[in-house]
Parts: sequence; structure tokens; C-alpha cells
Amino acid sequence: MERAGIPTALLCNLVSIAVRVGAPRIVPTRGIPYPTGDPELGPDQERAWRRQLVERALVAVATSVTEPTVFD
Amino acid sequence: MKIVHYINQFFAGVGGEDAAGTGPAIHDGPLGPGRRLAAVLGDEHEIVATAVCGDDYASGHADFAAELIDQARAHGAELLVAGPAFTSGRYGLACARIAATATAAGLPALAAMHPDNPGLAEAGGAPVVESAETARGMRPSLDRLAAAVAKLAAGEELSAEDGRVGAVPRTNRMATRNAAERAVDLVLARLAGDREATEIPLPAFDQVTPAAPVEDASKALVALLTEGGFVPVGNPDRLESARATKWIRHSLDGFDSADAGVFESVHGGFSTQWANAEPNRILPLDIARELAREGAIGGLHTEYFATTGNGTTVADARRFGVEWAAELRQAGIQAAILTAT
Repeated sequence: MERAGIPTALLCNLVSIAVRVGAPRIVPTRGIPYPTGDPELGPDQERAWRRQLVERALVAVATSVTEPTVFD
Repeated sequence: MKIVHYINQFFAGVGGEDAAGTGPAIHDGPLGPGRRLAAVLGDEHEIVATAVCGDDYASGHADFAAELIDQARAHGAELLVAGPAFTSGRYGLACARIAATATAAGLPALAAMHPDNPGLAEAGGAPVVESAETARGMRPSLDRLAAAVAKLAAGEELSAEDGRVGAVPRTNRMATRNAAERAVDLVLARLAGDREATEIPLPAFDQVTPAAPVEDASKALVALLTEGGFVPVGNPDRLESARATKWIRHSLDGFDSADAGVFESVHGGFSTQWANAEPNRILPLDIARELAREGAIGGLHTEYFATTGNGTTVADARRFGVEWAAELRQAGIQAAILTAT
């Protein structure tokens, strides 16, 4: 995706692997089974957390990077 | 050395896709590419029999390998050679599995396929040497395979110089020098500019050149993508829960949120209870719609793409990425949000 010119924010929990495989734009999440959520939180807080993650993703795709970069 | 050669129904001349369901069988002497392999191997080695199985049968019946290995032993096999399978997925899988099964059963084995063949990862402890991408490269592929057979038959180990690809199993071996001395040697080699020397090779991954950023996210068309096995309830496209060989796409028109009972995850690598109770946890459609309404993004792509990232081969994943990028570029999408589980 990135190679083809589409900036792509990768929302994932296994950040070290994402860095190792060379994903340029990484947004860390809290758990493997729920990248854009956190069942520990109440519904409103969880939605706010999800919004924060997606907003970070938008920052990531609008930011120039030269190597795997973590946006947190 | 007495060799039994494994090939699929196509190379054995049984038939094409129509014959892919053919069960395992063994024939005396070399067949198809085995004839040339035998010629290149010369007089020191003999292909005593050819084991054949249809690709569909082999991929659906894991026991084909054990059955053929029993028959190979009955023919006096001292070494099993499989392929070359080029980039053919099912054939590569069959070659890898029969080589792995033979090795595990104490019969030395060797397979040949292209490094992108998704079967490569299934070879277990058996060595695999590189072949060309397609049968157009049969001759050089057989030359390399024959050289590797000769080396293996001589009791030597195969290395990258022999065209070895895939994971190299770690084996115990007595070293003449202790670990501290070897470590210092590696440090000195590194300081001298050697970036490769290691006792523990790690898998190699691509270097990716990052894309230029979007100038203004509030004007960008954004796509939602996931490898979380995210499907409409009931999984109408039969997306695999593991070792996905495909990806799916679905329209998001008319959906303001990824609601429970409408979408679900079929990912087989984790418990999907949290995803199925609140599918926005996999595909953040509710927030993406909200941000689009607020003007924080220019727009949301009308469909999402999904696959299952669970034992998926690097080769398949790379193909999905290339296909996704082509689709999105054609649709005028400027950025993507990809969730990973």
C-alpha cells in the first residue's frame, strides 16, 4: 500500500513486529482481539478511545515519515 | 543412491485441473521432469520410482504423504525429492508436506519451489531449494535441484549458496570454539562492516519506502481495511479463518456503524467474542462516519476490504496489498486505515 503511494496507518498491538517488517505508519492499540476498542472501558469511554485512535491514524497519514514511525 | 521423485498430476501427464482430484499412486522409474533430473544426476543416483498425486487431493488429504512414503520405502527409497513446484500453491504445499513428512519419518528429503510459493513454510525440517517462477525455467531449476541432491546424498548440508530457501531448522552441533569466542568474532566482523554474519538467521522482510503523506486529511478520501477476518454475519464469501488465500470487499453504503448482528469476525487466531459484541472494535466505522460528518476527513470509501491475517503467507499478504493498492488508486482513495489483530 505504502509502496504504491497510499499512506496507510496500521493500527496494531504488536508494534515491535510492525516496526520490524517495516510498516511506515504505526498506531499502537491495546489488544489483539480489538484493535479499535477496549472492552475494559465503559461504552462512552471506549468510543472516545476509538476516536482518539482514528484521529491518530489521520495524523499519521498526514505526516511525512522516512522509516517505521510509531504515533502514540 | 535410490531416489523416489514426487510430482503432481500435471507433470506426470495424468491431466490438468480436471485430474487434480486424482489420488496418490506410484510408478516405476522417472516420469516427466524426473527423466531430465535422472539424466543430470548421472549414474551415481537412480530415480527408482515416481510418486504422483493430484494437487486437489494432496491439499485436501494430508495423509497422501504418509501413504506415498510407505510406497517409496517399498521401492527402496533412500532419498525423496519433490518438485520443482515453481509458484504453484497447491503443488508447492504438496511438495513441502511430503518432504516434511519424509524427513520426520527418517527418510531424507528435498523439495524445490520458488521462494514465494506459499507452501514453502510447510516444509518443516526438510530443506527446500529455489526453483524458477514457472515451468519455463524447468532446466535451470532441475540443474540446481540435481546439484543439491548430490550434495545431500554426500551427507553435506545445504546452504544459501546451493539455493536453499525458507526457514533453516536450528540443530545442535559441537563447536570447536566456545560461545564467547564466537560472539567476539561476530562483533569484530560487524565492526569490520559485515552486516550479514550470524549464527541465528532471522526471517528477511522487505524494505518499504513510505508513501508521501496526504496534504490535508480533511480533504482526503479514506478507506477502511482490516486483516481481522471482518465479514457480514454469516460470512457469505466464505473468507477463511486461517491461512487466508483471498480477501473480500463489502459496501458500507447505508451503514453508519459496524453493528453487532450485522458484522462479525471469523478470525481463527483469537477469541472473537469482543469483536462480535461490538464490531466497531475491528473496523472503526462509527468513528470514521462521525469524522466524515464533521469534515475531519474528506470522505469515506464506499466499501471496506478485509482478509484474515492468521498464518497467511507473506506471498499471499503481499499479493493482497498489491491488489488493494491498485483498487484504491483506481477509486481515487488517498489514504487508508488498516486495523491489525
